[in-house]
Amino acid sequence: MSETKAKSEVRSPNSEIVFDDVSKFYGEILGVNRVNLQIAPGITSLVGPNGAGKSTLMNLMAGLLRPSRGSIKVLGIPTHQPEQLFRKMGYCTQFDSFPRGLTGKEFIKSFLLVHGLDRKKAEELSVTALERVSLLEAGNRKIAAYSKGMRQRIRLAQAIAHQPAVLILDEPLNGLDPMVRAETIALFRKLAADGLHLIISSHILHEVDTMSDRVILLNNGYVVAEGSVHGVRDEMEDRPMQILIRCDKPAKLAARVFDKDHVVEARLHDDKLGLFVRTRDADRFYLLLNDVVAEGEITIESIAPVDDDLSAVYQYLIEGSSA
Amino acid sequence: MSPLFAKAKALTSQSTPNWNRGFTLMISSTTEISPVIRKQPLPWSLWLRQIRAVFRLEIEKNFLGRRSILLYLLALLPIGPLVLLAPFTPPGQEWQDFTQYHMIFAIFYGGFVLRTVVFFGCAWIFMNLFRGDIIDRSLHFYFLSPVRREVLVVGKYFSGLVTAIFLFTATTIICMLLIYLPHFPSESGRFFFDGPGMGQLLTYAGITILACIGYGAFFLVVGLFFRNPIIPAIVLYFWEWLNFLMPPLLKKVSVIHYLNSLAPVPVSEGPFAVVAEPTPAWIAVPSLVIVTALVLIVASYRIRRMEISYGSE
Repeated sequence: MSETKAKSEVRSPNSEIVFDDVSKFYGEILGVNRVNLQIAPGITSLVGPNGAGKSTLMNLMAGLLRPSRGSIKVLGIPTHQPEQLFRKMGYCTQFDSFPRGLTGKEFIKSFLLVHGLDRKKAEELSVTALERVSLLEAGNRKIAAYSKGMRQRIRLAQAIAHQPAVLILDEPLNGLDPMVRAETIALFRKLAADGLHLIISSHILHEVDTMSDRVILLNNGYVVAEGSVHGVRDEMEDRPMQILIRCDKPAKLAARVFDKDHVVEARLHDDKLGLFVRTRDADRFYLLLNDVVAEGEITIESIAPVDDDLSAVYQYLIEGSSA
Repeated sequence: MSPLFAKAKALTSQSTPNWNRGFTLMISSTTEISPVIRKQPLPWSLWLRQIRAVFRLEIEKNFLGRRSILLYLLALLPIGPLVLLAPFTPPGQEWQDFTQYHMIFAIFYGGFVLRTVVFFGCAWIFMNLFRGDIIDRSLHFYFLSPVRREVLVVGKYFSGLVTAIFLFTATTIICMLLIYLPHFPSESGRFFFDGPGMGQLLTYAGITILACIGYGAFFLVVGLFFRNPIIPAIVLYFWEWLNFLMPPLLKKVSVIHYLNSLAPVPVSEGPFAVVAEPTPAWIAVPSLVIVTALVLIVASYRIRRMEISYGSE
């Protein structure tokens, strides 16, 4: 988290998505509250349970909702100026509905014409967008005949067709089969590598974990944590990190590490060929393991953090807090 | 400039399509330094292209969408009985006397075509321009486009207007021709080609067009302000029907008063009617157009602040 903030200090607000003390209430119901964020280019995932405020945050970013308090700027553009905002932004919503009677290609092209493009350019961009989501062959079929996964992809194609600098994707992997899902994630990575902002909400934590540069964890309308998954995990000092060490003498290793003040727990693995350690200071623990290896008494095969991923962070911060 | 930022900037400047022939965007790149805000000419050519694109999408929906079935039924409603009657001279003294035909049509047009068919047809078309998209959960596609919402209002309004004018002007003209058909070509031919018939036909068509303009703007706004627009539509329907009973000042707060003022054949509104001077055409027509423009400004103001929350619809 601190790394992200350090970067943001040298980056201009005109290259970021900035939430300044944003709250949104639906009558008396809280959507999101007191959100302050600076989102840099790359893949940022919004994670949280249903009703946490992910879609509200995305809709606020896209100007579909107006904040009850605070302000939002996307690359320096206020969100209440759609005529400028959506030259830079594409939004793939969760709404599974389309204007009736259109083919996939007509759908994309029609809205590129609404952007103000001429027919030739609109045609060209719609073909490119269809290609990018592997729907070129199905582009001339009516959307009504598409499968759920195809509808998801045509929405994605529409969002990227005008080559935006910011892409908001609400549950973009829903309904996609594993193959297309992998292709779509690869596309996201490529777009992020090209310098785009990708804001993604997803329930599929392991996929979010592997593709995101940073995460924003939301719960009950509040931002619970933000930053890289590892950064967020490191800052959870009340949750000692779990590490699994595979070695030939786990009992001896347990005795060696247990007297250290940062080691909270050492437990033998069921197969007796490994040791689970919970430590408040992973860095010091790894230094300790270096010493153990150097001593040569114990042969260590592998060291793997067990709860240094998004699922664990999610469990500790969100499920733990609601339990 | 950081390398990451330089990359993003290069990407933006290279890959963004040329949207704006003859128009420079105020914010043209993600530069570190705020762009110099210069007074820019209004991008009329861009707006016109966008209006055309919205119009094209909407007109297709208006004529071919599933909601158009009711519209065609409404437009055919007055034509059906006249088609049945047209080959014959109907019984009744008034149908024998050709000099009464202009009055028969004036009553039929004012009482049925204008006050019911055009009124409810416009209600259906214009209330659904935005409300229909909200119900279909497809309005966000427009809201997620770089188009001023005022431009969206204009594009949608014109699509509704062209639809309504096409259907109901056709209905008006066909109805008038069908009424006069039993006496064609003798008296009717002379009435249209040597008498006042053609002038009356064009005037009735003009009244229909003005009705579409006025009612259209009203129902567009109603569709934006009310979740259930049927109730305000019915209130206006009765207001328009009871217009003949109202004092002269209140009469002017209606569309029908100005339309009646333009009618080529004045129709008596009965013994209880409060008589008021008809408004001259040179006031009635611009008044309707000005009020329509004002109503569209209200609609633009409303749509500018509109949020998408389909869940609560």
